[in-house]
Amino acid sequence: MSSSPAIEVRDLRKSYGEVEAVRGIDFHVARGEIYGMLGPNGAGKTSTVEILEGYRTRSSGSVSVLGHDPQARPRELRRRVGIVLQSSGIYSQVRVAEVVAHFAGFYPRPRDVDEVLELVGLQEKADERARALSGGQLRRLDLALALIGDPELIFLDEPTTGFDPEARRAAWETIRALQSLGMTVLLTTHYLEEAQALCDRVAIVKDGRVLAVGPPRELGVGAAHYTVAWREPGGELLVRETDDPTALLHELTGAALARGVRLEELAVTRPTLEDVYLELTADE
Amino acid sequence: MSDVALAWSQYRLERRLFWRNPSAAFFNFVLPLLFLAAGGAILGSNQAQLAKLVPAIAGMSVMSTTFTALAYNIVFLRERGILKRIHGSPLPTISYFGGVAANAVTNTAMQIVIVVLVGKLIFGLPWPPEPGLLVLFVLVGVVCFAALGVAFAHVIPNFESTAAYVNAVFLPVVFVSFYVFDSASAPQFLRTIAEALPLYPLIHGLSGAMVTGTPASSLLDSLAVILIWGIFGIYVAVRGFTWEQRRS
Repeated sequence: MSSSPAIEVRDLRKSYGEVEAVRGIDFHVARGEIYGMLGPNGAGKTSTVEILEGYRTRSSGSVSVLGHDPQARPRELRRRVGIVLQSSGIYSQVRVAEVVAHFAGFYPRPRDVDEVLELVGLQEKADERARALSGGQLRRLDLALALIGDPELIFLDEPTTGFDPEARRAAWETIRALQSLGMTVLLTTHYLEEAQALCDRVAIVKDGRVLAVGPPRELGVGAAHYTVAWREPGGELLVRETDDPTALLHELTGAALARGVRLEELAVTRPTLEDVYLELTADE
Repeated sequence: MSDVALAWSQYRLERRLFWRNPSAAFFNFVLPLLFLAAGGAILGSNQAQLAKLVPAIAGMSVMSTTFTALAYNIVFLRERGILKRIHGSPLPTISYFGGVAANAVTNTAMQIVIVVLVGKLIFGLPWPPEPGLLVLFVLVGVVCFAALGVAFAHVIPNFESTAAYVNAVFLPVVFVSFYVFDSASAPQFLRTIAEALPLYPLIHGLSGAMVTGTPASSLLDSLAVILIWGIFGIYVAVRGFTWEQRRS
């Protein structure tokens, strides 16, 4: 049971009237994994995630979340997942610890309220009313409400959009902590560095399709090449692309040594996630 | 927790939040008192007129605490994304709406008690001669107007326009019902309209229960009209319900 994937999606499609927002997406998320969906706004990330969360029906394809079809909205499934929506409100008069404790009552085996508030960094705001919280604090309350039921799987739809860099790093720490608690995380983001810093695997999504999947460090290595660059003694910058940098370097350095010159600014680079992302999502 | 225990938990949260919003709590109790005071000041010691004012205000209280309050609340919760969050949690729909409806019913019950007490202690009317019938009409009225309030929320496109939409229904319905109930010489077409809407039959029934001591058997027509509106309200409330802000 626990070896089966947390999420399995096959040929998922979703149309709104004439508009096809999701055009045949396939992916799976393993248990305990932080999986990222990276793509520009309007790529179909939120549509896909909201189908997995049970908010939307799919037009076609098959979807399994913790062994359930989310479209049937079984309560058993809602007890085992946590959802942080892109935006959602809360009663303005409610106190932080009060609403977290209220939500705890929905679940068979909730986590401890104080422990969850500490995990998201709101322990000092426990008695504040929601209307007194800043935007970032409300986002942490969203996370606390999603965590209180001790979910196996948590959905984070653009969890750090609008955060300053420091708050973003703090949020990443929290998300890593979720993984160490044994949770599976599916997050969407349009921040490259977020995908790179957090995700075990990333799916690059555009126009309702998955363009590439893999660990952020390996993504695109098969498609693009190594780049070797150096400056000639004459001052000219040369760049060569190769699949085998070992042989190329041997040839270059051998020739340089024979001539008694230095290869200034010699560098071997692999395409970064950013290069791959920009190449894949570029408009033709 | 069982579905009932979850409804109770939701009810307790709704009550706490209600008291934390002082202006809403204030208007909930002061509004019927204001209407009674204004009516009492105009009618002086005319007992026959006061005996009509009290059930009319009681009927209006049922409508404002359920229809108006729920239409406002549902639109607010939907537009703020609170409904969507609840919908994604394991809280059963029946428990959620059980708690929300019980909260509205509590406000209705408190207002009816206030209206009855003012009628007895200030206007010198007798205690309601048919208390069982009073409870029955309040209950049926609550179910009908609560359902219509939730159904009507579906029509309201955004929170900013809620007041306009709600008052466009509430004020004319209250006006025509009060006028027809008060004036024996009201034109027949207005009487026909009022009798087909749910508020006039409710006031008529409450008057029978609170003032004239009419037997239930002669109020069956009124009961039937309220029930038919209630069934229509429930149908539209359930079928048309949306948990999310509409994408525009």
